[in-house]
Amino acid sequence: MQTLSPNLPPEEQREMLRRMLTIRRFEERASADYLAGKIYGVVHCYIGEEAVAVGVCSALGPGDRIISTHRGHGHCIAKGADLNRMMAELYGRQTGYCKGKGGSMHIADFGIGMLGANGIVAGGLAIVTGAGLAAQMESKGGVAVSFFGDGAANAGPFHECLNIAATWKLPMLYVCENNLYAAQTPAAATHALSDIATRAAGYGIPGVVVDGNDIFAVYQAANRAVDRARSGGGPSLIECKTYRWRAHTERRGQPDLRDPAEVEAWKAKDPIAWLEQQLREQGYLDDAGMGAIERDVMSALEAAVAFAEASPFPLPEQATDDAFAA
Amino acid sequence: MRELTYNEAAIEALVEEMRRDPKIFYMSTDPIGPLLKEFGAERVRATPITEAAFTGMAIGAAGCGFRPIADWRQVTFCFVAMDQIVNQAAKIHYMFGGQVHFPILFRAAVGGGGQVAAQHSQSPYSMFMNVAGLKMFLPSTPYDMKGLLKTAIRDNNPVISFESSRLNTRKGPVPEEGYTIPLGKADIKRDGNDVTVIALAWLVHEALAAAEELAKEGISVEVVDPRTLVPLDTEGIRRSVQKTGRLVIADEAGPTAGFSAEVAAVVTEDATTFARLAAPVKRVCALQVPIPYSPVLENHVFPDRKRIIAGIREVLQARKPAAAA
Repeated sequence: MQTLSPNLPPEEQREMLRRMLTIRRFEERASADYLAGKIYGVVHCYIGEEAVAVGVCSALGPGDRIISTHRGHGHCIAKGADLNRMMAELYGRQTGYCKGKGGSMHIADFGIGMLGANGIVAGGLAIVTGAGLAAQMESKGGVAVSFFGDGAANAGPFHECLNIAATWKLPMLYVCENNLYAAQTPAAATHALSDIATRAAGYGIPGVVVDGNDIFAVYQAANRAVDRARSGGGPSLIECKTYRWRAHTERRGQPDLRDPAEVEAWKAKDPIAWLEQQLREQGYLDDAGMGAIERDVMSALEAAVAFAEASPFPLPEQATDDAFAA
Repeated sequence: MRELTYNEAAIEALVEEMRRDPKIFYMSTDPIGPLLKEFGAERVRATPITEAAFTGMAIGAAGCGFRPIADWRQVTFCFVAMDQIVNQAAKIHYMFGGQVHFPILFRAAVGGGGQVAAQHSQSPYSMFMNVAGLKMFLPSTPYDMKGLLKTAIRDNNPVISFESSRLNTRKGPVPEEGYTIPLGKADIKRDGNDVTVIALAWLVHEALAAAEELAKEGISVEVVDPRTLVPLDTEGIRRSVQKTGRLVIADEAGPTAGFSAEVAAVVTEDATTFARLAAPVKRVCALQVPIPYSPVLENHVFPDRKRIIAGIREVLQARKPAAAA
């Protein structure tokens, strides 16, 4: 990991660190509360991949839009979602982003341009391509970003959307988070090319591979793609090589067929520890500064948990609310 | 009053609405000439043959404040977009707690009679009726087509306009002045007292022909066209059956778990209506097979006025068995 600092002001680099740490601590708590029975259904953790969401979203403005996957907490936090309403949604409460109708896999905040986590692999690609079309028709310089995994890159919508976005020059970033496994299935067992980014050539758009644990590399690739999109150059494909530290879901006894040595090797490339070290080496962070970030993150998280616990459950009869829009 | 064809009425509704609201745009694999000519390629977009992608794109654009129209052309072509229709379009408003609206009009031609065989002839609306979160209608006349289509375009939900292929060139009166027809309201196409026929699309016209024929024998047939499938006008259906006491349901789709089954349930689960039934409910539907090509086979599969007449005679002769003591 040799990428140089992107020449960003120190406070912006510290903000990247704070967001990445927020994702990690939020999910550590979500996992614990899930195992304690306070969070229901299923929880997919993003831990280990934080540099991708935060690196890309740091290159976006508030008017830009993103879509996420079933592993969506990181994208929500990176785009600026409210932790209180996120945690309340996980707790199934009325005050959650979806009023308790969505849960971990369906958090959305259209107000900040987060068009939703999506429980269907490849389900969000076409929707966010429609947001790219909307941005093009609005002519305000907005861009749209599709986050998806290596699994989704093998599904039809990936190919259909890259083709149409390239043809119509839509202001899009297609960001593949290649964590090397589609649930339990290794990427090598599902596609013949080692780099998904090489597929971009088939659609006539740029495709780059970046180290997804190096937030500066991710940020710089995203910035180039955003510039291209905003100036009418059309979409780009960015493949971020990264790794999911935890099992596919937080379910107890969930099988994890990966080699423990492989998991440990990736943990040694912790994207958060790496950014912290970069900041310290540049003189942008010391022990006191790091302590302040940790305290800030934990107090926001504790407040979110307290908010969720104090929030009422929905009334049973609210199950029929919002069946149709007025 | 001037006359338009079913297809002309649809295009007139689209043109009027697109003139009214610049947020409306149209996507289909083959753009419609008159729309393209008036509104240009930016608002009337020719897509690659990629129903899954442009269906999903309609959802995304709708969530960003546009009012897209996605034209699948044949309903059978939308089956490759079922994830986008069922998992996304239908659920997204509810699943996200009603944060934003998703106003989308989907268009799909249904029915048979064109000798284009199984993959271009189908009436699968009950598949979609079964999915919570979608509204849908199926008009039988140019007048209803224009009025319902305009309402659907203004609705803030995904609405499917099912359109009968057989009726495309059929003419009917359409006033020059503007009007809309609310979703969820059945229309009595012919008033009668002895038996109710609930029919859709082409079979409304077959039922009207059957009613005309039976009127010569003094049999008074009421023909009710629900027009909208979701929301279904259950009150309108029950009111007619309470009046006549007998019900025939005519549908170009097969009977299994179909529109006809839903209407039968709506009528029989209501105590007042059930008490007024003088005979078992009769369904006159297509045979439960894919639609075959040869006209001899295709005509045999679909119900028509003769089968409707036979169904009416059956319910007029039948008596409700006395309740067991």
